[in-house]
Amino acid sequence: MSVDTAGPSLLEAEAVHIIREIAAERERPVLLFSGGKDSVVLLRLAWKAFWPAPIPFPVMHVDTGHNFPEVMEFRDRCVAKLGVRLIVASVQDSIDAGRVVEETGRRASRNRLQTTTLLDAIERHGFDAAFGGARRDEEKARAKERIVSFRDDFGQWDPKNQRPELWSLFNTRIRRGEHVRVFPLSNWTELDIWDYIRAEGLELPSIYFAHQRKVFERDGMLLTDGPYSGREDEAVFEVMVRYRTVGDMSCTGAVESSAAGLDAVIEEIAATRITERGQTRADDRTSEAAMEDRKREGYF
Amino acid sequence: MDILRLATAGSVDDGKSTLIGRLLYDSKSIFEDQIEAVERTSRDRGEEHTNLALLTDGLRAEREQGITIDVAYRYFATPKRRFIIADTPGHVQYTRNMVTGASTADLAVILIDARKGLLEQSRRHAFLATLLRVPHLVVAVNKMDLVDYDQRVFEEIKAEFTAFAAKLAVTDLTFIPMSALHGDNVVDRSPAMGWFDGPSLLHHLENVHIASDRNLIDARFPVQYVVRPHAATDPGRHDYRGYAGQVAGGVLRSGETVTHLPSGLTTRITRIDTADGPVAEACPPMSVTLLLDGDIDISRGDMICRPHNRPQVTQDIDAMICWMSDDRALTRGGRLLVKHTTRTARAVVEDLHYRLDVTTLHRDEDAARLGLNEIGRVSLRVTQPLFTDDYARNRATGGFILIDEATNATLGAGMIVQAR
Repeated sequence: MSVDTAGPSLLEAEAVHIIREIAAERERPVLLFSGGKDSVVLLRLAWKAFWPAPIPFPVMHVDTGHNFPEVMEFRDRCVAKLGVRLIVASVQDSIDAGRVVEETGRRASRNRLQTTTLLDAIERHGFDAAFGGARRDEEKARAKERIVSFRDDFGQWDPKNQRPELWSLFNTRIRRGEHVRVFPLSNWTELDIWDYIRAEGLELPSIYFAHQRKVFERDGMLLTDGPYSGREDEAVFEVMVRYRTVGDMSCTGAVESSAAGLDAVIEEIAATRITERGQTRADDRTSEAAMEDRKREGYF
Repeated sequence: MDILRLATAGSVDDGKSTLIGRLLYDSKSIFEDQIEAVERTSRDRGEEHTNLALLTDGLRAEREQGITIDVAYRYFATPKRRFIIADTPGHVQYTRNMVTGASTADLAVILIDARKGLLEQSRRHAFLATLLRVPHLVVAVNKMDLVDYDQRVFEEIKAEFTAFAAKLAVTDLTFIPMSALHGDNVVDRSPAMGWFDGPSLLHHLENVHIASDRNLIDARFPVQYVVRPHAATDPGRHDYRGYAGQVAGGVLRSGETVTHLPSGLTTRITRIDTADGPVAEACPPMSVTLLLDGDIDISRGDMICRPHNRPQVTQDIDAMICWMSDDRALTRGGRLLVKHTTRTARAVVEDLHYRLDVTTLHRDEDAARLGLNEIGRVSLRVTQPLFTDDYARNRATGGFILIDEATNATLGAGMIVQAR
């Protein structure tokens, strides 16, 4: 047989199937796009799923206002190239409208506030399905989540009451006001993502590759010094770093690295002994169930 | 590198978590921060050893109650192959979770405690794995260290299991004596069991042949989505009309004559498109877009097949049903939705022939209902024709799910036994 059960093509075929299924069964899907590596792969798969037709749904970015400028520039370039419509849901707007209150203190972050902004935007635009780039290998609460994951009309996830998911038959049915979160990359690992980026020749924001940056160290993480960092007495120093994940500047850590190109980055990741979220996300360090708690509320 | 999907069946007492922990650990798929977190939690709880179950128990309630609630998916790789483990819990909601995990599995590992031998639950696991047509079964006789690595214990369990399996449709059965705790026959062959000349578990997982498990005979292409670019800017695509979907069986070739169902009309595949360019042929599980000759009205839920190899076109479905709902039972006359390939239709339960005791395989023909985690033989009348094959011949065109039309809950799963 000329076609094999090779990993990358198997995962790609599965993801394309999932994306098409949602487009066929739901009226108003949206793709959540942060400019991070997983959402870059997700956007590529959506493009493949409908080619030569354009992607039949918009993309949405939940903007904390604390994003890396390199990522914002990249985001705009990406959507312009594909001709998809970009919706920006702003955490600052949610704060101004009194929907959420800004956290204070040295560990203040807008990470958690994103949930309200996201749910408000889903409701305002009437979206009934939201594609996300989450993977099951990222975090143990995510390892338990369905590919098509039901959200009630408060946007909440009930991990103990999930719909059984068999074969590749997805139950996408919902009532008004409810929605589904859809994770076509569920079965991908971090290395699969990088291998795919290399195989497809996908462009990434420059911060994924080694560069000089002014940082300070907190809880063993290297955080960017800047207006949102909440830095107090920690010393600032300049060092070669790259980012392993892309999130809010206030809670995403860099790793020391000299890997300037894709091959070097993949080599480093294949050899690493620490998970990406454990290494670079302050938001997951709050407690053992930090991700589960945020997911229940409606987080990505 | 290909991917093997496996489901593990067994309870914590059988050493399932230890086995998974060892596979992950020895393949370097557990990261330092994960191990540290598990060690910290184990210490906080005053447990003597590092509790590897904490690696897979991802939910707060699971950690608090020390039980596994839901199927967890785990990923690891060796230089030879990549693996997805569906780790299904042993206690709560057992059938529902195992059926879910087994539905996509290429291989199931059934754990048996060497001291206890073949228990009711081992029979249940074996039955469910074969009901879901998992192509390869491995019986891992664990805790051999606690029976002095005695060959006779292993042989007795093997003989008893083989006798039971004769009643089931087992296609490939492998027995491995092991001690997950000490690592005997998990990754490396055990020096303590020189009498065993089979492979270690990992060696077997790496080498079991799965490419031919797919159905490459019966060409089946459920139409999932119609691609119409409406691109005024590109005249070449102005009339483009492609039928997107995932190949569910057989091999489709460009230039070949095919039949469209339900119309029964014959046409020709003019091209098989992907975003990376056209391909000459497509087989499962490829997601492709077919371009067809002529002007046939084709939409989602239709089926493309070969003129002389068609699925059953039927509104009467006979199936084994696994019921998964606590809120509602399956009863005669009950109405629900069937989702089969890309087609969803209303259906009514015409008959419940029997409820099956999954341990004794006894058929209760007086049963009036199927409750949560119960399995039975059912006849359904569907409002639209479905294009079906026996589940034993093709999982993709023989499996379906049942949905509650009012609550949208997934009520159960069905495996077509024969289309009347």
